[in-house]
Amino acid sequence: MSSEPTEGGAEDAREEIHEQPQVLRHGAIQSFDASGNEVLFTDAASLTKLVQALADEGFGMLLDVCGVDYLTYPGSRGLPADVEAERFEVTYLLISHVERRRLRVRVQVPESAAVVPSLVSLHPGAENPEREVFDLFGIDFTDHPDMTRILMPDDWSGHPLRKDFAVGRIPVQFKGAPAPR
Amino acid sequence: MSITERAPAAERLRNSGAVLRLSQTEAEEAERSGLVPGETRDPDDEKMIMNMGPQHPSTHGVLRLVLELAGETVVRSKPVIGYLHTGMEKTGEELTYLQGCTNVTRMDYASPLFNELAFSLSTEALLGIEAPPRAVWIRMLMCELNRIASNLLFMATNGMDLGAVSMMLYGWREREEVLRLLEKITGLRMNHNYIRPGGVAADLPDGWAEETIRVMDLIPPRLEEYDVLMTGQPIWRDRLQGVGVITADEAVALGVTGPILRSTGVEWDLRRDMPYLAYEDVEFDVIVGSFGDCFDRYAIRLNEIRESIRIVRQCVEMMPDGDYRLQNKKVTPPPRLRIDESMEALIHHFKIFTEGFKVPEGEAYVAVESPRGELGCFIVSDGSSKPYRMHIRGPSFINLQTLPHMMAGSLIADTVAIISSVDPIMGEVDR
Repeated sequence: MSSEPTEGGAEDAREEIHEQPQVLRHGAIQSFDASGNEVLFTDAASLTKLVQALADEGFGMLLDVCGVDYLTYPGSRGLPADVEAERFEVTYLLISHVERRRLRVRVQVPESAAVVPSLVSLHPGAENPEREVFDLFGIDFTDHPDMTRILMPDDWSGHPLRKDFAVGRIPVQFKGAPAPR
Repeated sequence: MSITERAPAAERLRNSGAVLRLSQTEAEEAERSGLVPGETRDPDDEKMIMNMGPQHPSTHGVLRLVLELAGETVVRSKPVIGYLHTGMEKTGEELTYLQGCTNVTRMDYASPLFNELAFSLSTEALLGIEAPPRAVWIRMLMCELNRIASNLLFMATNGMDLGAVSMMLYGWREREEVLRLLEKITGLRMNHNYIRPGGVAADLPDGWAEETIRVMDLIPPRLEEYDVLMTGQPIWRDRLQGVGVITADEAVALGVTGPILRSTGVEWDLRRDMPYLAYEDVEFDVIVGSFGDCFDRYAIRLNEIRESIRIVRQCVEMMPDGDYRLQNKKVTPPPRLRIDESMEALIHHFKIFTEGFKVPEGEAYVAVESPRGELGCFIVSDGSSKPYRMHIRGPSFINLQTLPHMMAGSLIADTVAIISSVDPIMGEVDR
């Protein structure tokens, strides 16, 4: 590897997008954030295929899976016109070591069916982050080998990072404590 | 080696059967009965379930491992985490961007400045501002000092875990020197809240350069001592070489970053490959291993101290003059002296510290190379003065996933060496 960072690629593409508002990449709507990183919008059904195609293209490492609950922040929040805003969003952070750039995949997840296919079979490293999203947001990942709570105790009720989970209203729950919940 | 050939590795990891998959309740049951719930066992086999931690001196805090043993060999294992979970990401949603640094700095408590840096860079990306050159170089200087302190801590704990107790004392001794220097500059040994959106909290104090050089002169001879004590020692090598091996494609498939990834031979260091701050302007080497074992991870961290010392020396030499924080009234409080003479300045100061500053809508992910790997901060802003969602990608959290794969088939005595070589900081794992 040379020590020259790649530059320009994302910048050029960002300029292009102004002229051509709807660019599709592997069937996903492409856009760029303020720092010039590529963002793709897809739905739960075509997520696995998209991430597989991206992996074949060089985005071989899944860095993190991050949930967001948009309950108290409705509106477009940077979504393209064709993407319908749902309550939850799962963001996948990918990196290409060869091209030295980052990419985010944003998936809208409705509250009524908070289910996303698991990427563990493709990226075994997704196991812990997906469990974290499940634990803190209550989003289910199908075909995950170990869909259990990871940070909170097993018998905890609720998902703390949801916006309707209040701060400081619930006394600290200790596992196995005799007090009623 | 191509790091894109990950499909076979993913399949191998999936089918390895190294991970014991149990919920916390099942783990407790397994511990009592010695049997994995839902599995039947041949009464003749010698397998047993053993619990290790969370209160175990070698688990670096509160990591708990459930191990399935066949005699003295580890068959399957599972790290159980969450004992230090305090909901810091939830807390982060309740704090303004200026207060946010006090929160994130407590995550990876062995290298707090990197958390502050990732958070500040991410906030700055949303604001569309850049710290002035002096602030950039101060940040770089401080981060490298912190990397030295963090890797010295690793030297100490790694030595202690493997029975080289004197090493613990030496490691703490040198680390304390660096922490004293950090205290002189930031006012605190740890949890500095020094790097903030827009720059740093205060300029470098008088005599910082001499003091920094003094400490940088002091450490290299001590590192030579470490080499004598450990690197060249046959016992040390026997304990570490060939233990806890992971291959490059497995590391990539597991999302591993930092010294663990580099120990497998993958040349990947964000400071060099996706430069931030002023890393393009300094000279340093990326240390890469070849066997992916515990010894490589030890050697990489030892030599990274030397590289960091090189960078610190260059920072001292090339430190530019100018402002240590951005003179942008939107994010920067007025100078202390102005507050005494101007009512507006007092109001301005009050507003910034009570209400905070508003950050435009959008989301940003910025990552830095912490001593443990890629430490990223993902912020979603709804246009208010508090992050709508603040997520820290803690490298230790992801790196812990390698434990079952490294431990499968190894002796129980080696588990301690393997945990130690991953160098997890539980504050960052559990957040």
